[in-house]
Amino acid sequence: MYETQYHRASSAEDAVAKLESADDGKLLSGGMTLIPTMKQRLAAPSDLVDITHIDALKGISVDGNTVTIGAATTHAEVAGGGDEIGNGVAELAGHIGDPHVRHRGTIGGSIANNDPAADYPAAMLALNASIMTNKRTISAEEFFVGMFETALEEDEIITAVSYEKPEKGAYSKFPNPASRYAMAGVFVAQSGDGARVAVTGAGSDGVFRHSGMEEALAGNWSGDAVAACDVDEDAMLSDIHGDAAYRANLVKVMAKRAVEAAG
Amino acid sequence: MSEGIGARVLRKEDKRFITGNGKYTDDVRNDNQCYAAFVRSPHAHARINGIDKSAAEAMAGVEAVLDGHQLTGDGIGNIICGWAITSKDGTPMNMGAWSALATEFVRYVGDAVAIVVADSPANAKSAAEAVNVDYKVLPSVTAPEKALESGAPQIHPEAAGNLIYDWEIGEKDATEAAIAGAAYVCEMDITNNRVAPNPMEPRSAVATYDTSEDHYTLYTTSQNPHVARLVLSAFYQVAPEHKLRVIAPDVGGGFGAKIYIYPEEIACLWASMKTRCSVKWTSDRSEAFLTDAHGRDHVSTAKMGFDADNKIVGFQIDTIANLGAYMSLFSSAVPTYLYATLLSGQYDISNIHCNVRTVYTNTTPVDAYRGAGRPEACYLIERMMETAARELGVDAGELRRNNFVQEFPHQTPVIMAYDAGDFGANLDAAKAAADYDGFEARRSEAASRGKLRGIGMSSYIEACGIAPSAAVGSLGAGVGLWESAEVRVNPVGTIEVLTGSHAHGQGHETTFAQVVSDRFGLPTDNVQIVHGDTDKVQFGMGTYGSRSGAVGMSAIVKALDKVEAKAKKIAAHLLEADEGDIVIENGEVKVAGTDKTLGWHEVCLGAYTAHNLPEGMEPGLKEGAFYDPANFTFPAGTYICEVEVDPDTGTTEIVQFVASDDFGTIINPMIVEGQVHGGIAQGVGQALLEQAVYDDSGQLLTGSYMDYAMPRADDLPNYKVSHESTICPNNPLGIKGCGEAGAIGSPPAVINAITDAIGNNDLSMPATPAKVWAAIQAVATKEAAE
Repeated sequence: MYETQYHRASSAEDAVAKLESADDGKLLSGGMTLIPTMKQRLAAPSDLVDITHIDALKGISVDGNTVTIGAATTHAEVAGGGDEIGNGVAELAGHIGDPHVRHRGTIGGSIANNDPAADYPAAMLALNASIMTNKRTISAEEFFVGMFETALEEDEIITAVSYEKPEKGAYSKFPNPASRYAMAGVFVAQSGDGARVAVTGAGSDGVFRHSGMEEALAGNWSGDAVAACDVDEDAMLSDIHGDAAYRANLVKVMAKRAVEAAG
Repeated sequence: MSEGIGARVLRKEDKRFITGNGKYTDDVRNDNQCYAAFVRSPHAHARINGIDKSAAEAMAGVEAVLDGHQLTGDGIGNIICGWAITSKDGTPMNMGAWSALATEFVRYVGDAVAIVVADSPANAKSAAEAVNVDYKVLPSVTAPEKALESGAPQIHPEAAGNLIYDWEIGEKDATEAAIAGAAYVCEMDITNNRVAPNPMEPRSAVATYDTSEDHYTLYTTSQNPHVARLVLSAFYQVAPEHKLRVIAPDVGGGFGAKIYIYPEEIACLWASMKTRCSVKWTSDRSEAFLTDAHGRDHVSTAKMGFDADNKIVGFQIDTIANLGAYMSLFSSAVPTYLYATLLSGQYDISNIHCNVRTVYTNTTPVDAYRGAGRPEACYLIERMMETAARELGVDAGELRRNNFVQEFPHQTPVIMAYDAGDFGANLDAAKAAADYDGFEARRSEAASRGKLRGIGMSSYIEACGIAPSAAVGSLGAGVGLWESAEVRVNPVGTIEVLTGSHAHGQGHETTFAQVVSDRFGLPTDNVQIVHGDTDKVQFGMGTYGSRSGAVGMSAIVKALDKVEAKAKKIAAHLLEADEGDIVIENGEVKVAGTDKTLGWHEVCLGAYTAHNLPEGMEPGLKEGAFYDPANFTFPAGTYICEVEVDPDTGTTEIVQFVASDDFGTIINPMIVEGQVHGGIAQGVGQALLEQAVYDDSGQLLTGSYMDYAMPRADDLPNYKVSHESTICPNNPLGIKGCGEAGAIGSPPAVINAITDAIGNNDLSMPATPAKVWAAIQAVATKEAAE
């Protein structure tokens, strides 16, 4: 690791100020990707601004049907939320990484990084979540732009995510045998607006919604309905762990299992 | 005595390991400690046009930036392979030059080009990044069969067409004739996947040069510190042996990768002399993936012919083995004498012929990895036996039994003379433990849950205790493979055993102490095992090839014989009895049939006070011995694996794994079971998960645990491990060895179970979910076409 300066921010405003005064500053919100990258000398920020000690960014609140999760809330805390925070979300968080990662990594850090194999982006997209920042509110649809790419501006900090609890919801993931990241992870949600199906891990441009499956579910909420849908192999990742045909199959199988788990 | 041979004594060494008090090489801190980082090639194959060190030399904390021209200029010799193989045309193997720091060419990604010494690891790394190497990138090749094609990039001038040797064993014509006349021939193309060793502790070296004494000390992660010293002295000219002390302290796993002497140890020693600093280098995990010698990487085609009675009449194999960019220390022996000599398996086969071509490629050097050659042989035979049984429509266990060697000793057509065994007993025990006969009911039950259940078997044999020095010498080994021991009895009766074996996870401090405890009836707490330091132990060949029981303990037994004999002479003199009437048990020295007794400590004290010794006897009680094995030993057994495959995803779950082994005499059943568990885990890793993969340009794609799938606890089942033992007739304790069996016997059992489940024999390791799913689709496509 190259030398870096560590700062602990007391508020989102303080974090922005610290970031602006740094040569090449980076926000640290768990660091489960950033720190290993720095240790391999593949990233070299001059300053790290830790936002995980900002009280306003932490914790889960449920107001009626609306769930709000602070950006600095750890995966372990979300995993402990149970069905109160919406079906499927706690289950998803409980299978991110290992216990060390879950007690350090945060929901805000994960979605800001938008790793194409991360789990949370699928939940945010399927739940039609709002991503709240120190500047504005962004819909999940607009937030996730592409692989490791989001709508966030340089000095923009995620403060919380918010979504309505779905009537039905579940996440099914097929883990990569080596990294245990998702090779295909599908979050399905049913709400008053209809069914939403979001896929992570498999797509060649990051998380995406599968409109064919959503339409199929609208008429017939069943595993067989999504399993019968086509998944475009040309839009799938292909690597040493599985080719596009295999990933397309996994999307169908995980979608089916998620629908069946959602009941 | 509860702590003797056969007792489940808890591991003495674990107290320091589990309390964090182990002392590893990286824990060594010397005065004037500096740190090394290596400049490594980012290219698979390139010419070095020049090296600009000026920026790096000017950086903070940098002591020196040293390159290959300086190294060779100081007379440091090339790294060698210590086992000479002769091609079938009588020519010697074509070994290319390997300088610890490359001078003109780099030949794999990770090849060391320069060493940087600085006052901190971070400063050394930063300076290494600032060394500007001007490369002219050359075409490269990574796949062994492609390296032999005409027009393939030429890697070493000494090896035309990248061929290192073209070697054969057995009778070609007779084998071909036997197969031509066979009633049925099983033919398969079989690849044994390349794996990275991944010991938990990465390699490390701390080298210190004492100017006034012109003496070097090297702490290093070695399985064989004396061999390291010998090679560093005699071949690499770093220092003469009496001016070089090599210490391998606690070592966190080896699996073969820590047998060899690598460029980094040589460069650190040399740099310590150049800089007058103590130079420490500890590999990070990325460097470990790139530079620790990989294992396996064979591509074979094989034919096995059977007569009308389903007896094997001939077995012919053609193998290409990838040795990587350079020939590592034992690399040449692995795909020849450690592989092809085991191709008779547990079977009575009259005609075997194997041809092996080894090749250079632009990849990490390949050498012995847990099992070393024997897993490759076992995988080939046992996949073919299972496939043949399916194609012949007979039970896989009975086809094996029909061909088992039944009488011992048994001379195979490929050198080995099996000395003892009962292959049928292990087959029966494994079948009973697995409820083999009840499998079809379990298959049906699994099918009702939508799972494909399969069962697979592997009846392995391997060769340990390598081996009679004269025999290995005649086959090209550059060293003898005996072992030494010294038993030092202290005046108070406690005992230190100095051994040339080296423990890096095996539990020698416990099991070796048990052998002493068994002999004299002393608690194991009264016995200390000393190893891993060339200043303490006179010489030794180290630990690999499951040899520390069969060879290392045998040397201890020989030394104990001498100690016992002298102790009895002293006791007979003191007790005024006949030497032949003295017995030593439970820590007492007695005259049989009388009440005349001395404490063990009284005899020992008598030896050292020397007030009243037999006429002419030297004082003291210390004896040494060298033991040269009379033969290899032959552990064998049957493993049965049962799996359930999810047809939707191709995921394999191992639902049962049974091992019945014949290891001969067992010193500590708990430790032996642990060895089997670990070995199977390693074999399951190779079968289901692990593979080192290069892309077309020679970049290692599996350079971290993000892409290299190491087995985790939830990938593995609970094992059922048992033993059906025959005693090895060729060493004093009757030991065969247990360190590698699990890794040797398990991969074919796993793959045989999966291919049974999915109904497709065309499946290679690692059987990843993607690959298994594709194999299931292939069956469906074929069935649809029919």
